[in-house]
Amino acid sequence: MTAASPTMSAQAVPPSAVAEHKPARFALARKTIMTPILLSLLLVAIAVLTYLTGSRPFNQTVIDVFVRVTLVVGLYIFIGNSGVLSFGHIAFTCLGGYAAAWLTINPIMKASALPGLPQFILDLRLPYWQSAVIAAIFAGVAALILGKVLMRLSGIAASIATFAVLAMINTIYANWDSVTGGTSSVVGIPIIRTIWPYLIGAIIAIFLAWAHAISRSGLALRAARDEPTAAAASGVDIPRERLVAFVVSGAVMGLGGALTAHSVGVVTPDTFYLGLTFITLSMLVVGGMGSLSGAVIGVVLLSALIQILRWMEAGISIAETTIALPKGVQEIALGVIMIVILALRPSGLLGNREVTLFQRKRNR
Amino acid sequence: MLQILFDALSLGSLYALGALGIALIFGVMRLVNFAHGDVIAFSVFALLWPSTDALAIVFAGQLPWYLLIPFVLIVGALLSVLCEIVVYRRFRHASPATMMIASFALGFVIRYFLLMLFTSRPKSISLLPALGQPVEIFGARLPLLQLITIVATICILLALTLFLRRTRFGLEMRAAAENFSMARMLGVRANNVIMGAFAISGALAGAIALIFGSQTGTLDIQMGASVMLMAFIATVIGGLGSLPGAVLAGFLLGAASVVMQVFLPIDARPFRDAFVYGAVILVLLFSPQGLISARGTKERV
Repeated sequence: MTAASPTMSAQAVPPSAVAEHKPARFALARKTIMTPILLSLLLVAIAVLTYLTGSRPFNQTVIDVFVRVTLVVGLYIFIGNSGVLSFGHIAFTCLGGYAAAWLTINPIMKASALPGLPQFILDLRLPYWQSAVIAAIFAGVAALILGKVLMRLSGIAASIATFAVLAMINTIYANWDSVTGGTSSVVGIPIIRTIWPYLIGAIIAIFLAWAHAISRSGLALRAARDEPTAAAASGVDIPRERLVAFVVSGAVMGLGGALTAHSVGVVTPDTFYLGLTFITLSMLVVGGMGSLSGAVIGVVLLSALIQILRWMEAGISIAETTIALPKGVQEIALGVIMIVILALRPSGLLGNREVTLFQRKRNR
Repeated sequence: MLQILFDALSLGSLYALGALGIALIFGVMRLVNFAHGDVIAFSVFALLWPSTDALAIVFAGQLPWYLLIPFVLIVGALLSVLCEIVVYRRFRHASPATMMIASFALGFVIRYFLLMLFTSRPKSISLLPALGQPVEIFGARLPLLQLITIVATICILLALTLFLRRTRFGLEMRAAAENFSMARMLGVRANNVIMGAFAISGALAGAIALIFGSQTGTLDIQMGASVMLMAFIATVIGGLGSLPGAVLAGFLLGAASVVMQVFLPIDARPFRDAFVYGAVILVLLFSPQGLISARGTKERV
């Protein structure tokens, strides 16, 4: 009798109630749309400020910030929504970065540096925005294939398996000399010096994350994160929802990889290894793993801090004496901040809240 | 053939020792200790004076071997206990994911502390040079070091087994690994057990550092990372928290690496590690709890 009741009630629902269900989804979108808009406005404000000052080194710093926003938002899409810690996402950034390099380097240089590429790629030379899109799709497909396998694991085994993926991709890219140039750097990627493409990339990442979070799949995934047993009992296919998030975040990481490649013009396997994993993860943790705003604000705050430490490592002249911090202080400071925040506020600076215009009462 | 066997055993010994150090800590406090690899690097860098030269300025390294080996082991143990007191004690009640990130951050702090003192350039050093000579056994020429590595590992494993089985402290540690809160209620002192586990794990890290340093003849601040990664994988394959499982999986991984090194076609050899990682993911798929799953670590509904 109780087993039959859900079907009974489903039949009993009049058509008008089904029609009313749709606006509910839009209501959710309306209620949460302020968050991505505000975050984008924050980034736009930073970009406009940079544009007005017109300083070259500052310009490069802000480009780095936007690239990292893309990466950390990519991480958030998977880690934040699924609650599974991944150390392997930088592997997709690596795939994206190299894909962008393959597609945009001058064919003459490519033929001599990377002779192992297939002929049609060797002849190809795409504008950067097309290569970025293809890089994202490439990384997304790789995430789909790897995720199909990985998402059947959970908990610590899943985290360590993602670490193995990172090491695997790194080993392959560091040794496949004819296609990736081995451990030496691949040069000649066209460098884009204006900030706007990076700004657009970061904003696309933010809106993708928002769209995923309010989609059916994103809601189901967060339910599974908070109450796995209850969610599974209510018909949430946890591996499938995790896979969706994994693919979306893999594609965003790939986009971030392409942006990284175009911002510095050089890719090496070591660019995309433990160092970048550490920095992006620490930004996510400091801001708060559970919220999109946390991801973006963590990047902005920590990037500012890193920049200050870098200046201090380079040396500050005070009345003819230069005081310089020894190299490595930057990472040590980051690590210490991360540990302190984890100990005092495990859910990050923002907790699990999002920024909105009007703070509504939660937990209704 | 014998050569392959010994290669596999000595590489496996390294992985097994690393896996043991990680599994010990995981057993008592559910912490996946990513800082372990950096403890390895630190304990052997303690032999050098801080300098930026490529040729190491040896400081404690000139000690005779019967002082040098305890020195490195004690440095490892001390650093590991220090990490526990300063950092991990704050995370006793945190979730495993939080602890994992904290240890990842701590590892970076240690690594960049080394970088600050020694720069990132690898340093050449001849640790225990007497061990480089080859010896002949059953018609195979083997470096003496390889033999000593294997013998030392077996001794360490035996000693640790005896320690865990026959002493009161070992009993407490096993009890804590099985069910930590129950053990505390029955009068096991949590801090002692956890610090003991960290000390043993740090000493194991020191042992790895010694073997690794004398094998390669170079010290690198990154040197712990590759061993550590394999050691993690070994602990996961072996069943998290299970000590025999960790050791067994360590030796298996060593064997798999050496066998692939020998039998893969030459073009594919540089990708050996990639194949090993791939194989690991496959193993995890078929038995996510590992080969020997420890009691008390299974996921409960």
